[in-house]
Amino acid sequence: MSARDRILAKLKAATPASAGELPDVAGWYATHRGEESTADKARRFRHFIELAHAEVYAVSRGGWLQKLYEVLSAKQIDKLLVAPGTPHGARAQSELPPLGIACPSYEQPIESWKAVMFNDTPASFTAARGAIAETGTLILWPTPEEPRLMSLVPPVHIVLLDATRIYNTFFEAMQAEGWKNGLPTNSLLVSGPSKTADIQQTLAYGAHGPKELVVLMIGDEQ
Amino acid sequence: MSAPNPTDSNMTPHALHFMPSVGFRARAKDVVENPFLRQSFRGAMDFLMSKRAAQFPDPEELESLRDLGERIRQYNLAKLPELLVQLETNLTRNGIQVHWAETPEEANAIILGICQKHAAQLMVKGKSMVSEEIELNHAAEAAGIGALESDMGEYIVQLAHEKPSHIIMPAIHKTKEQIAKLFHENVPGVEYTDNVDALIQIGRQVLREKFEIADIGLSGVNFAVAETGTLCLVENEGNGRMCTTAPPVHIAITGIEKIVEKLEHVPPLLSLLTRSATGQNISTYFNMISSPRKPGEKDGPGEVHLVLLDNGRSQAYADEQLRKTLQCIRCGACMNHCPVYTRIGGHAYGTTYPGPIGKIISPHMLGLEATANMATASSLCGACGEVCPVRIPIPELLVRLREESFTAPHANPAMRGQGAGYNALTSAIWRGWAAVYGSPALYRTVSWLGSRFRWLMPRKQAGWTSVRTPLQPAPKRLRDLIKERP
Amino acid sequence: MHSRSAYPTDVYFFATCVVDQFFPGAGMDAITLLERQGIRVHFPEEQTCCGQPAYSSGFPDEARKVAALQLTLFPNDWPVVVPSGSCAGMMKHHYPTLFANDPARKAAAEKLSTRVYELTQFLVEVLNFKPEDCGSDCTVVLHTSCSARREMGVHLTGRKLLGDLDKVRVAQQDHESECCGFGGTFSVKQPEISGAMVEDKVKALKATGAERVVSADCGCLMNILGHAAWKDQQEGRTTPSLPGEHIATFLLRRTAKENAQ
Repeated sequence: MSARDRILAKLKAATPASAGELPDVAGWYATHRGEESTADKARRFRHFIELAHAEVYAVSRGGWLQKLYEVLSAKQIDKLLVAPGTPHGARAQSELPPLGIACPSYEQPIESWKAVMFNDTPASFTAARGAIAETGTLILWPTPEEPRLMSLVPPVHIVLLDATRIYNTFFEAMQAEGWKNGLPTNSLLVSGPSKTADIQQTLAYGAHGPKELVVLMIGDEQ
Repeated sequence: MSAPNPTDSNMTPHALHFMPSVGFRARAKDVVENPFLRQSFRGAMDFLMSKRAAQFPDPEELESLRDLGERIRQYNLAKLPELLVQLETNLTRNGIQVHWAETPEEANAIILGICQKHAAQLMVKGKSMVSEEIELNHAAEAAGIGALESDMGEYIVQLAHEKPSHIIMPAIHKTKEQIAKLFHENVPGVEYTDNVDALIQIGRQVLREKFEIADIGLSGVNFAVAETGTLCLVENEGNGRMCTTAPPVHIAITGIEKIVEKLEHVPPLLSLLTRSATGQNISTYFNMISSPRKPGEKDGPGEVHLVLLDNGRSQAYADEQLRKTLQCIRCGACMNHCPVYTRIGGHAYGTTYPGPIGKIISPHMLGLEATANMATASSLCGACGEVCPVRIPIPELLVRLREESFTAPHANPAMRGQGAGYNALTSAIWRGWAAVYGSPALYRTVSWLGSRFRWLMPRKQAGWTSVRTPLQPAPKRLRDLIKERP
Repeated sequence: MHSRSAYPTDVYFFATCVVDQFFPGAGMDAITLLERQGIRVHFPEEQTCCGQPAYSSGFPDEARKVAALQLTLFPNDWPVVVPSGSCAGMMKHHYPTLFANDPARKAAAEKLSTRVYELTQFLVEVLNFKPEDCGSDCTVVLHTSCSARREMGVHLTGRKLLGDLDKVRVAQQDHESECCGFGGTFSVKQPEISGAMVEDKVKALKATGAERVVSADCGCLMNILGHAAWKDQQEGRTTPSLPGEHIATFLLRRTAKENAQ
């Protein structure tokens, strides 16, 4: 018998006859979490993610690029990793270089340029799939066009979020979008810049991931 | 600047080994008599307790969420073998390779086998208590493979040749000055600084170089979702994401109990976990991994493995009461609220998992022979059970473990090492006690003798009089006073 | 079954072995306090111990033997009042599981379980007792046992009784809800840890400046007062730096008319 068969045999010998009803997760959320307007969700999202040291800027659907430029200028960043296969990445790549910001693309598999990613990529720009109000959380689903390391390795990560995509809870997000029917290679919840309190319970930002997280939140047209 | 080679000879292997519970009292005494450590643990635990309390302002919400958490864990444990097979099927379909290990030796062999297949030189590790449980670093070192901890706390304790003293805050026993000295002495080119931000940036710099070149990334798992074939990881630092994304191979290891059937079981457990553990409404990262790199994807490991470890969990599973031990989601709230842990810290326990959860899980992993006395190190105050987010009745389980340990060895025991704490004299004393207290006449006589000859009570009474005046019965018992009433 | 709404005429008093042998005065005071409320108090003479010492030490057979005796002592349908949260908790919560495999005793244990009250719980929840303070100004600090707090959930009743006393200020100690370190055989098997816990507890109680500590559990009192007295001896004090007594004794003295000034 293999280890697998031995473990399963031991467990099966003791398995209760019935596991009972499925836990009523939906019922708990229905009684403990209410509906909210987009504006309220945006406000709560912003409150919590700012508590976690992220910067949030309200932007308009047409005007986010200007804010992106301002943020980069203020941080004296002249190089931004973008995903040109996405509409926002393509726009950044076409409009930022004339303003003096280089926009290299994530086009090759990481193996061919890992050292550059780790050592010479000061910032990156991606979109969020959505967000969660009650915890101030961004939902990221990296794609072949916008790969995983973009939101992890560069010290500054700038994220474009559509405020109409903010859910009240994590549960609501996964239910509304039917996540159980198929998850991507990697899906992420990100709730601020990287941090640690491992030294004497003192909070320090920029442990291993981004030191700064900037959210450009597209709200109503201004 | 480069990281010290973890295979350096100064990395004393014996320092990493599990210490049997026979030395427990001596180790506890060392900490108790150290006012600095006492104050430092007290401060740290106070901090964590207040952070948790702030996360649960509404008692009704807390209690109903704990009910739900308990229900979810019990439901999934009740279907465990079926869910393990479902998980395996779905992970395999997704391209993740599943391995099974009954013992730490088997788990290490599987992991090192994968490393050797890839001719790996360096494994970077995200925080994984199961990897501590199997002493993977030690096994990797023996096989000539560097195993580098990348969680800041774990990195610190590895540099110090120690083990974590807390399952969530591994270096909670260390001050920033000690860490400053450690970095200065062990990381080439680093000047002494006790500025926490600067220390973290030193760690970041050292470890980033390793994430870039590592051959293998190792991680634990917080929840494995059967219906989707997904591994979920909770962390704040980003090192877990580094380990699971940057190297070409990712190996995850988990105990067989960390499984949920439905993806929707995750949000309540995640909320209970982060709020109970560190008082965060959510961790910085929640990382869900469902497959290795797919064609067209530009990063992520090409291979993902999951090692499912038993190591005594199936023994706990076999007993309806002991099975509740497996409900644990490893938040550490029980140790943060434990007056014993607060007094002695994590190292005194000598086991991978310290504190109340350590007392109830370790006997299944190590046998009662090695852990016979652990369950006695509790006043049964119930603080652990009161905060457990999934309502594990820890005090009841401690009482049960005392019984398993002290009862004379018998056939078909529920646990390995049953009867390890059996002592014929102690058992005889309890039988005598029961004979007296089970008989009104005998009790009357013995208690009368006690009050009449109270002056015969010894001045030294075992452990009691080390810090207390001796016990002495009253000159008259309550029943005597009642009779004398006018 | 005993109904909470009706005012009881009779109660059983289960003293506990610690009160019988070590704190008989507290037992008498509890009985007197109950009698003053117009209740007949019955003390079954065959009572010994709830069995908790053996139970919590991992000797359930011995605990069962002792518990089985107590199960037979309360034939009438009267409340059973216990001047200790931990012994009450044993009888109320652990007897039914202790006799899980003994249907007759299990049924008896379950019936008994509904009638068991910790003293302060009984005074507040059943008798609606509101003590009238006849004493002079004083400050006390209340220590509540872990069993009363977490097993019986009656940590507020003692506080309420003290709160009803006009001239008594109840001081707030640091880490109030933390265990004093008694834990029965724990105090003997792990004297270093238990000693550290009681040391911290006594420091916190003394730091309030209260003139005495009161508690509804004699196990905790034995531990706390024993350490305070030991410390006094070590440091050469002849008067106790932390006097203490059972809450029944304190309540009785405060409400005694002869104390009225």
